[in-house]
Amino acid sequence: MSSRLYSPARADRREFLRGAGAAAVTALTIGFEWAATSQAKAAGGASSLPPFAPNAFVRIGSDDSITVISKHIEMGQGSYTGLATILAEELDADWTQVRVESAPADATRYANLVFGKIQGTGGSSAMANSWAQLRDAGAKARAMLVTAASNQWRIPVSELTVEKSVIYHAASKRQATFGSLVKAAAALPVPATVQLKNPENFKLIGHLPPRVDVPAKCDGTAQFTIDVEMPGMLVALLKRPPLFGATVKSFDDSAAGKVPGVVKVVQVPGGIAVIAKSFWAAKQARDALRIDWDDSKAEKRSSAALMEEYRRLADQPAASARKDGDAQKALGAATHRISASYEFPYLAHAPMEPLDAVVKLDAKGCEIWTGDQFQTLDQANAAQTAGLDPKQVIIHTLYAGGSFGRRANVFSDYIVEAVSIAKAFGADGTPIKLQWTREDDIHGGLYRPMYFHKLEAGLNAQGELTGWHHVIVGQSIMAGGAFAGMIKDGIDPTSVEGAATIAYSIPNIAVDLSTAKTGVPVLWWRVVGCSHTTFAVESFIDEVAHAAGVDGFSFRRKLLEHEPRMKAVLELAAEKAGWGSPLPKGRGRGIAVGEAFKTFVAQVAEVSVDESGAIKVERVVCAVDCGIAINPDIIRAQMEGGIGFGLGAALYGAITLKDGHVEQRNFNDYRVLRMNEMPQVEVHIVPSSEDPTGVGEPGVAPIGPAVANAIFAATGKRMHVIPFFKGGVEAS
Amino acid sequence: MATTFQLNGKTTTLDADPNMPMLWALREVAGLHGTKFGCGMALCGACTIHLDGQAVRSCVLPLASVANRQVTTIEGLQSPQAKAVQAAWISLQVPQCGYCQSGQIMSATALLEKNAAPTDADIDAAMSGNICRCGTYTRIRAAIHAAANPKA
Repeated sequence: MSSRLYSPARADRREFLRGAGAAAVTALTIGFEWAATSQAKAAGGASSLPPFAPNAFVRIGSDDSITVISKHIEMGQGSYTGLATILAEELDADWTQVRVESAPADATRYANLVFGKIQGTGGSSAMANSWAQLRDAGAKARAMLVTAASNQWRIPVSELTVEKSVIYHAASKRQATFGSLVKAAAALPVPATVQLKNPENFKLIGHLPPRVDVPAKCDGTAQFTIDVEMPGMLVALLKRPPLFGATVKSFDDSAAGKVPGVVKVVQVPGGIAVIAKSFWAAKQARDALRIDWDDSKAEKRSSAALMEEYRRLADQPAASARKDGDAQKALGAATHRISASYEFPYLAHAPMEPLDAVVKLDAKGCEIWTGDQFQTLDQANAAQTAGLDPKQVIIHTLYAGGSFGRRANVFSDYIVEAVSIAKAFGADGTPIKLQWTREDDIHGGLYRPMYFHKLEAGLNAQGELTGWHHVIVGQSIMAGGAFAGMIKDGIDPTSVEGAATIAYSIPNIAVDLSTAKTGVPVLWWRVVGCSHTTFAVESFIDEVAHAAGVDGFSFRRKLLEHEPRMKAVLELAAEKAGWGSPLPKGRGRGIAVGEAFKTFVAQVAEVSVDESGAIKVERVVCAVDCGIAINPDIIRAQMEGGIGFGLGAALYGAITLKDGHVEQRNFNDYRVLRMNEMPQVEVHIVPSSEDPTGVGEPGVAPIGPAVANAIFAATGKRMHVIPFFKGGVEAS
Repeated sequence: MATTFQLNGKTTTLDADPNMPMLWALREVAGLHGTKFGCGMALCGACTIHLDGQAVRSCVLPLASVANRQVTTIEGLQSPQAKAVQAAWISLQVPQCGYCQSGQIMSATALLEKNAAPTDADIDAAMSGNICRCGTYTRIRAAIHAAANPKA
């Protein structure tokens, strides 16, 4: 494969296949090949040979190449490798022959079974929703290949074995590769049912097949949207309103139009777009635009005013998200009442690859190349914007340079922008790449919402936790979008997950939600609700334990007797961290545990505080139970990375508004974790035979409260305002 | 206006605005896509290249300033240190999304070319200008140590 995304030869082949109306083959050809071992192998394997395509998820070529079709985006979380591992396991494939292609947008074949009839990736669901589907797909393909060998050799299937893509008959010393059997296998019926492997016989699952995407990500050849290049392609930058909800009143593009390389300036619903021959020309021209904005309907409040309103709302009647027993009565009868509040800011996702999408639009259709996380929703929104039928919109899902939820939004904001720009340009088939800058990203909205949490607990004379009242105030993520139907009785489940689902055994629990409205667009951010609820619950339970005079680990453990998996990760993390062993002066340990997307994670953080009060997180011990560990190394990597991501947010992450203006603009003032702030991380995986669950997000949730609790242990100070620190960094 | 310099060991002339940042000259004029755009303000390190052997942020480096100098990008890495870094990155499975990794590898290579046995403090000093939002820092650190001492 060349380092260019889109060679003319490929384009011709694609046109040919589409012309032939070969719907079944489209899955083979749309998308890009990624080799398990090298790019060169992918090039050699881009085969013109007739493939064996027993189902929507696997293609086997007569050259022995095995192509797994991924319905999920690879954005760093390891989905391509994990999905291929599941299928390759049941297929008994040679891992070095396996590569992964992205599936076309198609909710019929490629829906996320957790979402229903939507193709998309989120909620750490890729492995969980694909587990049975891909085991079945791999096992059926294997059965057909084995039957083909059996027919050819006139030997019963029961006498044949398969190892690394080769079928053997030990007695007669015969063997045949998958590739040599694809033609015969393709002529056989797909079996209705098939025997899956006993997990004891897994050879890939639970072992360490290397990631399919790593080699290309170490030599600069991995293809991201920003790298898409095609003949005649132009680059667009969009000037968006400075306030959320403002619109263009008038604009003057006379200076912008004079910048060499500028082709056209167009007005679109999102603002004014400059379309140029290069990013640099578009950037200079955008800087030269003069726009008068109508901000009469814009959000003009400051973060401080919003938080003040949230505090007020916390004292007013709210919707009930959970009610066990009578929390008010229990609190009234308590011998010791404890209360605390926690404040959380807006957060930008800030993936390293600023948002981007390439659109080629003409009267007949629209092709989109992007790191697409919600393929069929984006397809529908693009079609509506372009005035086309969704079937006329083809989406090529590329690697995304991070997302953390940002590319999974029901409004398809950046894709709709790109399509609207291509439309305003004339819909003449010119490929246009919309590129966001980092400032666009930091100012671009769709933030993790601000929240205010207010908690109260009651202990009886024996020091037992008898009552718990938790009030959450913040914006709804699901309101107004494709998932709004999930809001029931005023409860957006993403606002209360982790709080309404509190696992501790408490006889009287009330969890209430007050949904606030602002003009700031919001979205899920890695680990969604648990990005704030786990902090509140795990910080407050620590405060309650302290009030009860019991150490944080023992207090939690006693309340988790009926939650064996949660209790097991708690115990494992504590044991491996040496919980209870003495620490030098100026050091403290904190613990937190949580469940997100049915994966259980506990973390123990160890912090040091120097004489100036500077805090460093030295070490984090993490225990995770995600069911069967499909790829333990990727699980470890996701825990390590999740800890870094969550720690940066807890220490520094905040988007703040001043009179409606976002006060941050780039990585200098939207501070994220850097190398010198990363703790040592140890990850321990609980052995399990439960079906696998996801690991992309759950590791993010406990780190903030674990560190907050460790800071308390070291300094006696509780963290009630998140992030813990404010301030920026200098350019390097 | 044309600027002539050594790009990955070859004499190269790019005809472009001399004020254009090297990042965009490399990506859009020279057609080398391995160097990535992350911030445009020398804050994240995704665009790191080598200028006369030093790690520099190409997003704030004007094209004119590289005239007659040696520029190396991820595509042109050749040194034994670079090969050791890339091998360690693969062996320790460092990348997740991978977008920042060209810049990380360029910074790590420049470090090892000057300092054969960096300490953790040396690594912090050399690598803290390179952001990884996926949080691969623990593996980057381990991979730099592994590349410095491949038999350990």
